[in-house]
Amino acid sequence: MREASAPSLAPVDPLIRLSGVSKTFSTGTRAVAAVDLDLMPGEFLSILGPSGCGKSTLLRMIAGLGTPTGGEIQWARGHGGGSRHGTRDLGFVFQDPTLMPWANALDNVALPLILEGSAKREAQAAARDKLALVGLSGFENAYPRELSGGMKMRVSIARGLVTEPSLLLMDEPFAALDEITRHRLNHDLLNVWRDVGFTAVFVTHSVFESVFLSQRIVVMAARPGRIVSTLDVAAPYPRDEMFRTSSAYASLCRQASDQLKLAMES
Amino acid sequence: MSIPRTAKTTTSDLGPLPPASSVRSNDRWLKLAAPFLVGIIFLGGWEAAVRIMAIPPYILPTPSRIIETLISDWPTLAASLRITLAITFSALAAAVVVGGALAILFTQFKWVELALFPYAVILQVTPIVAIAPLIIIWVNDTNLSLLICAWIVAFFPILSNTILGLNSADHNLRNLFELYGATRWQTLRYLRLPAALPYFLAGLKISGGLALIGAVVAEFVAGTGGTASGLAYRILEAQYQLKIPRMFAALTLISLAGVAIFLATSIIAHRLLHRWHESAIKREN
Repeated sequence: MREASAPSLAPVDPLIRLSGVSKTFSTGTRAVAAVDLDLMPGEFLSILGPSGCGKSTLLRMIAGLGTPTGGEIQWARGHGGGSRHGTRDLGFVFQDPTLMPWANALDNVALPLILEGSAKREAQAAARDKLALVGLSGFENAYPRELSGGMKMRVSIARGLVTEPSLLLMDEPFAALDEITRHRLNHDLLNVWRDVGFTAVFVTHSVFESVFLSQRIVVMAARPGRIVSTLDVAAPYPRDEMFRTSSAYASLCRQASDQLKLAMES
Repeated sequence: MSIPRTAKTTTSDLGPLPPASSVRSNDRWLKLAAPFLVGIIFLGGWEAAVRIMAIPPYILPTPSRIIETLISDWPTLAASLRITLAITFSALAAAVVVGGALAILFTQFKWVELALFPYAVILQVTPIVAIAPLIIIWVNDTNLSLLICAWIVAFFPILSNTILGLNSADHNLRNLFELYGATRWQTLRYLRLPAALPYFLAGLKISGGLALIGAVVAEFVAGTGGTASGLAYRILEAQYQLKIPRMFAALTLISLAGVAIFLATSIIAHRLLHRWHESAIKREN
């Protein structure tokens, strides 16, 4: 256990540094209050908290969807993306798959590259690769409504990765899925993460999910949304079903659960 | 970069694609047979009633007499049909172009919508019968004046539906486009226009019928004073000459034209939407 603003894990510069980031809506609600957080390159970080604790708002601010009303979000050199139309070095996976219903899986995944001005052929080739990465080879021509909930989420993740970003932000991506599908997607997501090596920020309200996936869990409390504690998950990867049933996993879940409970009482 | 597990997961959690529209031939047969049967019963009853009660053809002709007239007067009626259809389709095309373009303009520039939309509504709510005489007086070319009348009636559904569609793009998808720095044009092309398509097509279905109604109504108003000789003019002419079977024949052609336009727009809509839109998909449950 340590404070979020404590020195970073290793002597490397963070990919992103949040200092005193706050968001107050025009209604006067303080959604996020003074968050300090360093995102280290290549780490898998979960933001765990009850609904309404501002975790989604925080994630959207990191993505540049909505600006903080206080504090600063600094990117490491070369990943910037401050300019209004310069794209940021990140992918975003929404809570819903958020696919274009009129386009097939391939065109949905290719969209970010098309928007960045890539040629259609190249964009589709990259999209094909990413669909294979998430296990959807052969579904290039399927339309979203022909895919199951889990498959749609895979397409959404492939789209988030198609620009080869340093950072993938995920906003409770598996919350609407059944548990079996969710477990499988957690598992495959970890494989893809280890394979590709991006920095992952995963917002969730599931203790088990956050422990299974991450190296570091940031626990947030509501009213106002703030970080109350940070938990390191030292278990090595690859993590599989064995890890899910291990005593280490159980005790980590207990710890995270306690932190969450404290957060909700505070 | 594929991971060893992917092949396994692909086959296990993804499952087969739902079957492409299973053919339920029974349903399809009923769909055609039922209305056909109703039509046969109706026309047979009509024929029988007119014959039994000996109603003179200048009051109510039999269906067989109407068909006879349709065949014997075909050269005249076909020429009139062509004129009415030409006006209808020109008006519909103009409605699509102007309605669609205005909708895009309105959604791109809010102040244009604020400034012009009330006038579009005024144009729509004013009965066409009331303004048609004015248009016919103001515009020298009769065909052009008829076209304007039909256009006024037809364009509003396309305008209002397309505006609704352009504004209905999913909120998260808009965020996604913003995230990737999409330009206004890209957002229009890849997001708002496709999202508006089902709405536009619903508007087109309504406007297709309205364009025909507009053309016919305007012709009625232009009446014998006009030089045009569309189907409405044939109806007026036949009425004055008490050629009631011919009047019915012209009426039949108008109805058939309306049905054909409806079917055509329905087919277009289905073709464009059947892969992805809820409205065009057959469900098993």
